[in-house]
Amino acid sequence: MTGMIEIEVNGTKHATQADPDTPILHVLRNDFGLTATRYGCGAEQCGACVVLVDGAPAYACTLRVADAVGKRVGTVEGLARDGEPHPLQRAFLEEQAAQCGYCVSGMLMRAAALLAAEPSPDAAAVRAALEPQLCRCGSHNRIVRAVLRAAAAMKTER
Amino acid sequence: MSTPALPPSLARNPRLGRWLRFRRDGIVEVRSGKVELGQGLLTALAQIVADELEVPPSSIRMEPASTAHSPDEGITSGSLSIQHSGLALRQACREARAIYLAAAARALDVDASTLRVRDGQIHAGDRSTSYAALADDFLLDRDATGEEAPTVPPASGRVGSPAVRLDLPDKVMGRPRFIQDLLPPNVLHGRVLRPPSPGAKLLSLDEAKARALPGVVTVVRDGSFVAVAAEREEVALAALERLRNGARWHEGATLPDEARITEWLRAQPHETTAVASRAPAGSAPKPARTIKASFTRPFIAHASLAPSCAVASWDGEQMRVSSHTQGIFNLRADLAIALALPPEAIVVEHREGAGCYGHNGADDVALDAALLARAAPGRPVRVSWSREDELAWAPFGPAMAVDLAVDFDATGEVQAWRTDVWSNGHSLRPGRAATPTLLAATHFADAAPPIVAINMPLVAGGGSDRNATPAYDFPAVEVVNHRVLSMPLRASALRSLGAFANVFAIESTVDDIARARGEDPLAWRLRHLADARARAVVEAVAAREPWAGWRPREGFGRGCAFARYKGDGAYCAVAVEVELTHTVRVTRLAIAADVGLAVNPDGVANQLEGGAIQATSWTLKEAVHFDRTRVVSDRWESYPILRFSEVPTVEAIVLQQPHLPSLGAGEAAMGPTAGAIANAIFDAVGVRVRDLPLTAERIAAIS
Repeated sequence: MTGMIEIEVNGTKHATQADPDTPILHVLRNDFGLTATRYGCGAEQCGACVVLVDGAPAYACTLRVADAVGKRVGTVEGLARDGEPHPLQRAFLEEQAAQCGYCVSGMLMRAAALLAAEPSPDAAAVRAALEPQLCRCGSHNRIVRAVLRAAAAMKTER
Repeated sequence: MSTPALPPSLARNPRLGRWLRFRRDGIVEVRSGKVELGQGLLTALAQIVADELEVPPSSIRMEPASTAHSPDEGITSGSLSIQHSGLALRQACREARAIYLAAAARALDVDASTLRVRDGQIHAGDRSTSYAALADDFLLDRDATGEEAPTVPPASGRVGSPAVRLDLPDKVMGRPRFIQDLLPPNVLHGRVLRPPSPGAKLLSLDEAKARALPGVVTVVRDGSFVAVAAEREEVALAALERLRNGARWHEGATLPDEARITEWLRAQPHETTAVASRAPAGSAPKPARTIKASFTRPFIAHASLAPSCAVASWDGEQMRVSSHTQGIFNLRADLAIALALPPEAIVVEHREGAGCYGHNGADDVALDAALLARAAPGRPVRVSWSREDELAWAPFGPAMAVDLAVDFDATGEVQAWRTDVWSNGHSLRPGRAATPTLLAATHFADAAPPIVAINMPLVAGGGSDRNATPAYDFPAVEVVNHRVLSMPLRASALRSLGAFANVFAIESTVDDIARARGEDPLAWRLRHLADARARAVVEAVAAREPWAGWRPREGFGRGCAFARYKGDGAYCAVAVEVELTHTVRVTRLAIAADVGLAVNPDGVANQLEGGAIQATSWTLKEAVHFDRTRVVSDRWESYPILRFSEVPTVEAIVLQQPHLPSLGAGEAAMGPTAGAIANAIFDAVGVRVRDLPLTAERIAAIS
C-alpha cells in the first residue's frame, strides 16, 4: 500500500489506499460502494464499465486510479439530480429498455456523453455512439428509442 | 366428489404458507421457486398475484428464492416458468384468498359470499377489514386442496395488460441489485486459476510468491483446482498472476478438429433412440424422388455480459451461498456432494445476475466460492470469473449435425420425412447424478470421471431432439436421435437447446421443397399447417414488412420460417430481409407469436425481440473456436456478437389469447429466426448454406 489517493466522483471527494495502478473500477465498487459501474471484460471490449472522465466516456476497467486524480469522474449514481432521475433514466424506464439490465449503466454513461455533445442526434448517430457497447439480451432497439426519447425530453426541459 | 389435480409445482410444494405470507404492515410476501433471469418473470408472477388476491402491485414483495424457505420448483428453464410457477401461484392465491375471506366473514359476522375485495381491503357493505388486519401465518399453514375457491367478482384485469418491470428501477438508477453488487462487510475477493485447456493437468504449483503478497488470505489447491482469496480485489488479481506464472501444466490434444466437427460427431460412440415414428397403414408407395441434406451448427457460447459470480460464507457448520443459479435446490445437491456436507448444512439463496440464456458458469462459480469460504471460515468470499473464464469454461451449447431425408411423390409432395440428429446431450445441469457436474469438482485430485451431458425426456422438453419433428402434415415421419457420448468440451443447455439447429434444418428444407414445386414458400407452409393458431402467426408476419410490400432488388432477399416451440409450446413465425454485400446483414425482421394468454404482453414482446436479435447473432456470427488443445475464442474480439450497427429493426406481434393457457415465450424465436435468415440468403443469391454460422465466406465458397 502507498499513501492515500483522493479523487472526485460525482462531485464528491473520495479517498482510497489502493495501489495507484489499480483500475478505478475496483476502487469505485469496493472502496466507494458505487457498484453501478460494472465489470464485463477488463479489456475495453464491452463497455459495461464506462464512466465519464471530465465529461468523456472512459473504460473504468483499465483506467488507473492515479490517472483520475484532478479529474471529474461521473458514474450512474451521479446522474440523478435532487432525487429526480436523469431524463435518460426516465426514458429507459418508459421504453422498458432492458432485459437483464447489466449493460444499462455503461449505456447510460455513453449516451449521457453523446447528448452532452450532440443534443439532437438521429437514430443513426445514437447507434454509432453506442457501437462500442455490447448488449447480449437484444435490447438494442429499445435502448436507441430511449436515448432519442431522452434527447427530446431534454430539449423541451431546456 | 373428486378433488381437482393441483398444478405440478403446487402438488410438490402444497403448503400454502410456502408460497405466500400476509404481513401486518400490508406487504404480501410471495415466494416462487423460479428465478428472475432478466426475462421479467417476477413482474409477470406479481401481476398474477395482484389479480388473484386483488391487492395493489406495490404491496407485493417478490422474495429471492432460497433453499431455506422457497418452494422447490426445480430449474428455471425451458420456457416453463409461467406455466409452472404462474399456475401454482394462481391456485395458491385463490385458496389463500378464500381462507382470508372466511376469516373476514367471521370477524365481520357476515356471510363470506357477501364480501368484496378491493386493493387488499375486504368490504362488507360499509364495514371492512383487510388481509393485513387479519394477517396470521397460522391461516396458511395448511396444504392446498385443489378445490375451487368461492367465485369472486372479476379480477382487476392486470393479467394480460402491459406491466412495467419491477426490477428495472434499481438497474436503471444504479442501485445494488445484481449478485455482482453483493459486497458484505469483511468480504474477501476470490479468483480461480483455471487450467489453460480442457485436458490440462497441474503438475506443480509455486504458491509462495502469491502467498507473499500482503493481503492474500488463502490459497486453495486440490488436484488441478487452484484459487486464491485476498482482502482486496486487485490483490487477488495480482496473486492470480503470480499463481499463473508459478503453475506448470501438462496439456494434451484432447479436442476434435473444429473444421471437421460433424465427421467427428458421427464417429463417436453414441446412443441411438427413436424420437418419433408415424406412417400410414399399408405399404408405402415407392417414392418418385428422394433428397438428402445435412445441416450443422457449431458450439455456441452463452456469452453472458457478466462473468459468473457467487458469494459464499462458512461458519464451521453452515455454508451460505448466494448465486445466480437457475436451480437453487439442484445446485445445493451438487454442492453437498462436492463439499461432503449434508444438504441441510447448505443454504443457497438466489441473487439476480445478467442474462444467462441457459446453463452458464453460474453454478460452477458457486462451488469456487464455497471452496474458498471453507478455507477462510467466518469471512464471506466473493468470486468473480474473468471474461476468459466465462467464454472458455462455461458450458457451451453443443455442436450438432442434422441429417434430413425426404421422399416425394410424382407431384413433388412430401411422402415421408426422416430426421437424424447427432449431438452431445444438452443438459449437464447439477443435482441429477451421484457425480457433481460443477467445474471445480472435475478438477479435484480424487475427481470421478466426468459425466456426459444427457437429454431430458421428450415429455420434459427433450434436448438435442427438441423440434426435430416437423410441424407439417407429412404422411410419414421418422425421427432418430444419436446422443454422442464423448464430451471433450463441456456441453449443456443453451436457450432453445436442439430446436435452434433442428428448426434451421427443417425450415431451410421446406423452403427448398416449396421452391422446387414453384410454390410460394409461405403459401406452402400455410397449406401444410393444420393448426389454425400456427397459420395465424404465419399470416401475421406475412401481413407486415418486410414480407408484405416486398420488391425484389439486387443484393436483397426475404425469407420466412415457422415453428411451434417443443411441438406443444409457443407458436412463432419470423420474416426477415437480408442485405448481402461483403457481409450478411439482417436489415428488417418481423416476428409473430401466440403464447396463449400473454400475462405481460410487453414482457413477451421484449423476449421475442431479444430472442430474435440474439438468434440473428448466433446465425450470422457465432462459433466457439478451438485448436486441438485449447479453446481460443475467449475474448469478445475472438467471439464477436451482434453490435448496434448490425441489429435489424424488429417488429414483434403478440397474438393475445385471453382464454387460452399461457405458454413460455423466451425461446420461441431462436429456430425460426435462423430458418428465416437462411431462406432470405437463398432468396437473394440462390445459395443454400447448410452450415452455421451463415457467413459471407461460406456463401462465396458455395456460389
